[in-house]
Amino acid sequence: MPPGVDAPTLLAIAAMSAATLATRLGGYLLLGRVNLRGRAKAALDALPPAILMAVIAPTIFLTGAAETVAAAVTAMAAMLRLPLLAVILIGVASVVVLRSVLT
Amino acid sequence: MGTGDFRRGVADIVPVIAAAFPIGLLWGSLAAGKGLSVAEVSLMSATVFAGAAQFVAIELWSDPVQILLLASAVFVVNLRHVLMGASLGQHLQAIPRRLHPILLAVMADENWAFAERRARNGTLTLAYYLGLTLPMIMTWTAASSIGAALGKSFGDPSAYGFDFAFSALFIGILAGFWRGLPTGAVLGASALAAVVAKSLVPGAWYIVIGGGAGMAAAAILHREKAA
Repeated sequence: MPPGVDAPTLLAIAAMSAATLATRLGGYLLLGRVNLRGRAKAALDALPPAILMAVIAPTIFLTGAAETVAAAVTAMAAMLRLPLLAVILIGVASVVVLRSVLT
Repeated sequence: MGTGDFRRGVADIVPVIAAAFPIGLLWGSLAAGKGLSVAEVSLMSATVFAGAAQFVAIELWSDPVQILLLASAVFVVNLRHVLMGASLGQHLQAIPRRLHPILLAVMADENWAFAERRARNGTLTLAYYLGLTLPMIMTWTAASSIGAALGKSFGDPSAYGFDFAFSALFIGILAGFWRGLPTGAVLGASALAAVVAKSLVPGAWYIVIGGGAGMAAAAILHREKAA
């Protein structure tokens, strides 16, 4: 046992790694070699934007007005094709300002 | 070309790791507060490498550790990775097949999002993917270890808006996926389903439910092009 690591904690970390690995490899193993067409391909092509939207939706729609307005400001910056770093900075700056104004 | 692509990956991920650093510090200090050593914190960040899941796990952490509870919580929080891996697997043609499992094992939200963006606008190369991923793992592990070593709370990252950096990043990446009204329908369905699911279903199911709703919208709207 390396110093500073006890056995139950090591087992827990190993189990958590295995659980994460299962999710990361699972989809690839199920679909990685399948050649999709038509509707199934359209659905899979829509997966990246659909997941990204689902991840942020509670933050931007359920947290408060500051987050919702900041998300709209960020989306406008993004649609103007500003560099990604500028988009992030505008988003962070606007949420800080809006939180101090709206709460 | 290889090293150029690696540098492009690093350049894209720099803003992400800048925002992730204070969050790693916070997570490390919370973990130390639950009694984990610096070695255990480094090991977990390097091998699990999943921010949201690690925050949930530390919240549930107890003495003695409940291994099955922790593993199933991590599994549910990371379920979105099943869908993400299925999609990323379609874009790895330029990379030798024997490396695919390794690349997927280190797939997190941010390197995945940039990799998908790259695949949509060009070719996803091994160098670009490594340029995204290696700095992320190193920063996340280092930040959480430092947080655990210092062991005190760093306050709330939301005070500086860091917590919003990831939402802003994803909005910026989403703009690159915009292909007119059908994309709007996908995003609308996904957002609506995720918000409703978040309010009704405990845990992280809202991500899978929202993602599924967006994919269903795309499938319904799909029209075969006349040959």
